[in-house]
Amino acid sequence: MIILFGMPVVQVLIFGFAITTDIRDAKISILDHSKDYMTQDITRKLLSSGYFVLSENLNSEKDIETSFRKGKIKEVVIFENHFAENFEKNQKAHIQLIADASDPNTANLIVNYTSSIINDYQEELLKLSPVPVTITSEVKMLFNPELKSVFMFVPGTITILLMLISAMMTSISIVREKEMGTMEVLLVSPLKPAQIIIGKVIPYFLFSFIIAVIILLMGFVIFKMPMQGSYLLLLGETILFIIMALSLGILISTLTRTQQVAMMISMVALMLPTMLLSGFIYPIENMPVVLQWVCQLMPPKWFIIIIKSIILKGSSFSYIWKETLILFLMTLLFIFISIKKFKIRLQELKN
Amino acid sequence: MRTILFIIQKEFIQTFRNRSMLPIIFVMPLLQLLILAYATTFEIRQIRILLVDADKSTCSHQLIMKYQGSPFYKIVGDSPSYAKAVEALYNRKADQILMIPSGFEKGLKKEGKTKIQIVNDAINGSAAALMNAYTTSIARDYNSELVVSSFLGIQVQPPVTIERSFWYNPELNYQTYMVPGILVILVTLIGLFLSGMNMVREKEIGTIEQINVTPIKKYQFIAGKLFPFWFLAIAELAFGLFLAKLMFNIPIVGNLGLIFGAAAVYLIVMAGIGLVMSTITQTQQQSMFLSWFFMIVFIMMSGLFTPAESMPWWAQYINSINPVMYFIKIMRNVLLKGSEFQDIIQPFLALCTLAVLALAIAINRYRKTT
Repeated sequence: MIILFGMPVVQVLIFGFAITTDIRDAKISILDHSKDYMTQDITRKLLSSGYFVLSENLNSEKDIETSFRKGKIKEVVIFENHFAENFEKNQKAHIQLIADASDPNTANLIVNYTSSIINDYQEELLKLSPVPVTITSEVKMLFNPELKSVFMFVPGTITILLMLISAMMTSISIVREKEMGTMEVLLVSPLKPAQIIIGKVIPYFLFSFIIAVIILLMGFVIFKMPMQGSYLLLLGETILFIIMALSLGILISTLTRTQQVAMMISMVALMLPTMLLSGFIYPIENMPVVLQWVCQLMPPKWFIIIIKSIILKGSSFSYIWKETLILFLMTLLFIFISIKKFKIRLQELKN
Repeated sequence: MRTILFIIQKEFIQTFRNRSMLPIIFVMPLLQLLILAYATTFEIRQIRILLVDADKSTCSHQLIMKYQGSPFYKIVGDSPSYAKAVEALYNRKADQILMIPSGFEKGLKKEGKTKIQIVNDAINGSAAALMNAYTTSIARDYNSELVVSSFLGIQVQPPVTIERSFWYNPELNYQTYMVPGILVILVTLIGLFLSGMNMVREKEIGTIEQINVTPIKKYQFIAGKLFPFWFLAIAELAFGLFLAKLMFNIPIVGNLGLIFGAAAVYLIVMAGIGLVMSTITQTQQQSMFLSWFFMIVFIMMSGLFTPAESMPWWAQYINSINPVMYFIKIMRNVLLKGSEFQDIIQPFLALCTLAVLALAIAINRYRKTT
């Protein structure tokens, strides 16, 4: 029980505070052939930016390979010989940045940050001769001015946990009865099959709903997520999603015979795609077109759009009716197929 | 020794008796590998940009042409008013708005200063930052062109040239980065989940009692039970690596022996953890839930999707017992950079320690008597 409710709390905390796509305290090395006032100035600027931390001062190019191989540093900044001299006399000085691109995203970010810090330094020096024509860009970040990544994670975490509890656990629970043989006993009792299933499913419905509310509360209170839209709409859509996931769980249970298989199917066909194809971490628009079609089939994808729209954009129903309809139809589809399969099974039992 | 072999035999028979298990273990994960490797990228394909040109001058047209000419941008329309444009952001019809106010050209010609506005849909914070960077840099390019064309002779090139080199992955190919990580997840699924659930299954069905009354020793039973899944996981890793090389052409620079050596230890850790879970739980459902919880936390913190070093200090502390983190580090360093054994000694030793720890706890907790 503690785990059931503690788990989402711990996860949201970790996702909210620990996980970030940004760079912080990245370990870099400086290979300074000049060691003059300019290179030291630039070095100081880099290290006080908060993005970088000095791991070691290298002495020669040979050491770079070893450092990278050990995974100690992510970037090497190389200043050429006579740096300040070249800058002042010949108006041309050279810096080389070597990044460990085994993680291309981080490497790109690191190189960009380093370059922009160096360019800032230059612009300060050159303030004496301003550029005659300037176009300034005014930038506005709509819906999420501080570019907080936690707003991405909270809806995503809710989705994953709901899928886990409602779909996976439900399916495993129903299959368990099948596996143990107690399902037969239930079926020959005066209880209607629908009553059995609903009875089994209600606890998970309640758990899911409570957990969703807990996570949302954490989002608003701890992470100060702004709520632009209607709470009622949010809860309504959440209930719809829970029902959808429950029906999916029931469907899986009609297709499998053992718990192990039910779990593997849920895990492999639901969890991983939910994490990666729903737009939770990786934006769907950037995937190859074929994959985008696959994403359309994923219920979590629609739900994440709905949640984000309500919370961050304050969308009213008129903006999200299409996604809601899709979730609704999916639910009906799952229930329909489940009922059919169930009826076949009942027939087999009777015969 | 023979006892262990018997148990192993029984496990294999049991596992494959379930006909759906075989495709699930081999086919599904590999399908996943294919799909997910293509999905996981932070690159931006196309920015859907909406133009609001209130100036309609030569200069504003020139600026707009620069975006039209770029394959990164898809101009989804030009709206007459700012309010309508923002509506498109609400409707998810566009990602970004470029607003050129009236008086743009006049400002440039008369005072040498003018403004444009870029509005980004920042729901996805990191994507918004990237989009913004692209768009502002194109505007800056246009700026430089103006300077060069109107004032010949002024040096626009800054004195410091910055040369960038990307080692080990010069094309910044995301698949090269993600595929080893995805392989790790798939292999973990088998190692952790199946082994854990397997143990609990015996408890649930009740056959564990029958095993417990035999003279079989604890370690024999545990070894026999874990071995098949350990073996299957390694087989899957091998198969996965082969496919990865075939389909994505990921570089295998380093020594494969190191990889499999590390994998062997890593899987012992995972199997051990699965075993510990099974001693705590009574049903397969609980075991799965618990394992899943740990797996999600471990994977998210492991540096698979987001850089592990960027986490706050307390998170890094927790990470020091995260086997996934160590294994991914080893995989990436050996596969992509060709690290040698002395380079990966630290994570490797950490894995060994964790393996010993996990197995010790598991064997200790497992009681033949309930």
